[in-house]
Amino acid sequence: MGNHNSHGTTHTHHIVPFKIYMMTAGALFILTFATVGFHQMHLGSLAAPVAFLIASVKAALVLLYFMGLKYDNLMNRVIFGTAFFFLLLLFAICALDIWTRISEISTL
Amino acid sequence: MSTGNTTHASHVAHHFRDSEHQFDSAKQGIWLFMATEILMFGGLFVAYIIFHAIYPEMFAEGASHLDWKMGFLNTLVLIFSSLTMALGIHFIQVGQQKKAVVSLALTILCGAIFMVVKYLEYTHKFHLGLFPGRFLNPEVVHATHQNLGMYFGLYFCMTGLHGTHVLIGMGLITWVMIKTIKGDFNPEYFTPVEGVGIFWHIVDLIWIFLFPLLYLVG
Repeated sequence: MGNHNSHGTTHTHHIVPFKIYMMTAGALFILTFATVGFHQMHLGSLAAPVAFLIASVKAALVLLYFMGLKYDNLMNRVIFGTAFFFLLLLFAICALDIWTRISEISTL
Repeated sequence: MSTGNTTHASHVAHHFRDSEHQFDSAKQGIWLFMATEILMFGGLFVAYIIFHAIYPEMFAEGASHLDWKMGFLNTLVLIFSSLTMALGIHFIQVGQQKKAVVSLALTILCGAIFMVVKYLEYTHKFHLGLFPGRFLNPEVVHATHQNLGMYFGLYFCMTGLHGTHVLIGMGLITWVMIKTIKGDFNPEYFTPVEGVGIFWHIVDLIWIFLFPLLYLVG
């Protein structure tokens, strides 16, 4: 005991300002309309990268502000980062497997 | 040294140093759970991407059966629900209990709207005979591709698992809303609401990727 900080045990939670939440939601709504807008433009081969780029920005906003990772401790950020890293690894290894296969037609 | 320890608030279990220690431990547990959620849905996303790369035309045919307006509506509903969830926690943090209850109730309402839209989509698919995997008869639905059932297998698995999360989330938010009405939470203690909030946001996060993947890019 005796290692209490000067604030005691109360008011240690970071309170995200109301305005930040409204701005985050506003940005998410705008980006959702942008997703559909770009979809209507029929960008062809660029359609998928654009849609997922916007989705990634939206995901980052949700993680940073709504889920509070921007204000969270290092441990929780590392936990998220680890999960995300292994997701990328899963995709990369599967992609390497699928796209390096040499298709052979059976002679039987 | 527990006698006369006035800093040990009533909600803090004896094995925690203080309220902050307890809160951080609980939140860390939720984040570990989120890691499993990311990897569980991640596996489905990777499966979708790889089979999409192998059968692009079949996936395009599958996606043409989806109405992007429904997915778009549900995206807006879920983003709004994420905002009300975050505000619910915010209002508890600043001691405005009534506003917190209204925010949580709105979140549940949005979850219900989402599920109604999903129900309408699912029943429409079933009506047309668009079932997952081998249950889809290509002749009945006049499919160009014989393996169209694979697209709907992924569609129903991904949106079904997501929808299950929405239902569970609605149940959890109902639980914390009732506890809020009872006055169990205050600016010093709101750990369950924080945990449920993180869960609800990841449900929104997953939908953010499901919407373009299933409805737009196809």
